[in-house]
Amino acid sequence: MAQGGPDAGLGVYLPLVLIFVLALAFATLSVLLGPLLGPSRFNRAKFSAYECGIEPSPQPLVGAGRMPVAYYVTAMLFILFDIEMVFLFPYAVSADALGLWGVAAATLFIATFFIADAYVWRRGGLDWN
Amino acid sequence: MNVFLAQQADRIELPAIDYAAILPMLIILGAACIGVLFEAFLPKHQRWPGQVVLTLLAIAAAGVALGAYVGGSPAEGTTTLSGTLSIDRPALFLWGTLLALALGAVLLIADRSIEPGGAFVAQAGIAPGTVQDRAQVGSTGMQTEVFPLALFALGGMMAFCSANDLLTMFIALEVLSLPLYLMCGLARRRRLLSQEAAVKYFLLGAFASAFFLYGLALLYGYAGSVKLADIANATAGTDRSDTLLFAGLGLLMVGLLFKGSVGPFHTWTPDVYQGAPTPVTAFMAACTKVAAFGGMLRVLTVAFESTSWEWRGVLWGVAIVSMLIGAVLGLTQTDVKRMIAYSSIAHAGFLLIGTMALTEDGLSGTLFYLLAYGFTTLAAFGVISLVRDSTGEATHLSAWAGLAKRSPLLAAVFTFLLLALAGIPLTSGFVGKFVVFSAALSDGMAPLVVIALVFSAVAAFFYLRVVVLMYFSEPAADGPTVSVPGAFTTAAITLGVAVTLLLGVLPAFALDWAGAGGFAIS
Repeated sequence: MAQGGPDAGLGVYLPLVLIFVLALAFATLSVLLGPLLGPSRFNRAKFSAYECGIEPSPQPLVGAGRMPVAYYVTAMLFILFDIEMVFLFPYAVSADALGLWGVAAATLFIATFFIADAYVWRRGGLDWN
Repeated sequence: MNVFLAQQADRIELPAIDYAAILPMLIILGAACIGVLFEAFLPKHQRWPGQVVLTLLAIAAAGVALGAYVGGSPAEGTTTLSGTLSIDRPALFLWGTLLALALGAVLLIADRSIEPGGAFVAQAGIAPGTVQDRAQVGSTGMQTEVFPLALFALGGMMAFCSANDLLTMFIALEVLSLPLYLMCGLARRRRLLSQEAAVKYFLLGAFASAFFLYGLALLYGYAGSVKLADIANATAGTDRSDTLLFAGLGLLMVGLLFKGSVGPFHTWTPDVYQGAPTPVTAFMAACTKVAAFGGMLRVLTVAFESTSWEWRGVLWGVAIVSMLIGAVLGLTQTDVKRMIAYSSIAHAGFLLIGTMALTEDGLSGTLFYLLAYGFTTLAAFGVISLVRDSTGEATHLSAWAGLAKRSPLLAAVFTFLLLALAGIPLTSGFVGKFVVFSAALSDGMAPLVVIALVFSAVAAFFYLRVVVLMYFSEPAADGPTVSVPGAFTTAAITLGVAVTLLLGVLPAFALDWAGAGGFAIS
């Protein structure tokens, strides 16, 4: 019987499982050995933020600890439009075969989608300044 | 290219849609969309009344549509939307239960008399303890998005109960979960606890969804289909890999048991129940449990009945662990909301016993138990939202000492609800336990029933401890006050207490509904 055929069972996955086990063991060992074998002498410099910008506290009065993540709404809208396209593409390919019913379904889908867009627009999600 | 197009031009056969059968769900999800439009286009002061009217109307309309459909529906059920939804008697019963419980929960959510402005904060994204956070403590604004979110969650729960294939079930699971994650983080008081609850629920829920999805993938590999009926057919043959089947089933069940807050997959429950705004906790505790066990019943009965000998032993263990964790850890709790959370874990164990019976009695018993438990826990959280001090709800048990002297009515109502949770006769909790345990007995699970009875007795102790505390302790000098509930909360608590009493005294009609028919196998 050919390897990987429908009746080969799960045996063909054994090497993959072994690799996973090896990787896991290696990662665990590396993480565990460091603190166990290495000397741990702390000083002030070691406790400071390392190459990660300014100290996070005390929190600034303006903005009050909220980080300005201006792009997240844009990013989420992008994902939404992306997914909309993903769903409309298969419809477009077989629009002929689906006929009027397909048009109605796609319209309904787009309408539902624009309800969410209307909410974002009215609540200022599109004011990018 | 032309050949390709020519092939495509053949008409695709369209799925037949039984609009009357799915109308209740369409109404709920449609109203949720209208609710989002309300949020977008109504001025701020009109949003709350608009949302309350819309949400209550939608639930009532869905209830009417459901009632109208049930009368003429086929007894053996029907599948629609190319077999992705199965509208059968258990699904209709669960829909009715969900709508009734959601009505009570929405009433609790809508209340603005106990806390000025409602239990929900205006801007949930502000970090706790900051200047903006202190500024918004005094405001009476409220995030009215909670109403459409609740409707979306409800629609997802209804779809979850009637999903006839695993992929539909997964989508429904996400539709019901995502709004709940958000709603957990909206509490007006104790913002940090509330945000912690939302993050914990979201992270652990995402893990559970991943487990569900892995299980789904393995089962698809096993059966070549995600349809429950096809999986059932595949398990009847013997030529396939059992590894795939049981690995898939195990992972799938982890996802489902997580949603039903069955121990050992319960770790989120106490933290989330405690941190979430109490009306949302009531909604989660009542409705999510119904949806999760409804889905579990269908999956186990329709798809995995023929392999029940293999998986039942594992679920025995899970049920015992869940009852043990709920009953024993419930004893050590000092917070009322956490105590009810552990009680819900113990109840999940009892429900699981009925779920795995896979007999007609097991099905109807579990459905009845879900109805009874949902209303009792809903009213219990309604009562908890009334006992307050200057910092919000006084949920620490010491604050409840001697409450009967301050407010005899509230103490009496809460005592009745606790007795119902403990399963004392003349309450719905007793009938629920009775029908579930007798179904398990007749299906050969006598040892499990004995263990369950022992844990019921252990759990009864911590319910009674609260009763003793309320009646036989001296009230603390600076103890909490009992708020006079507004019309909405009064209605919700009355509904819960009335149903708990009614199902305890006259359970026959509800048992008839619950036992009206089995799952549609197709």
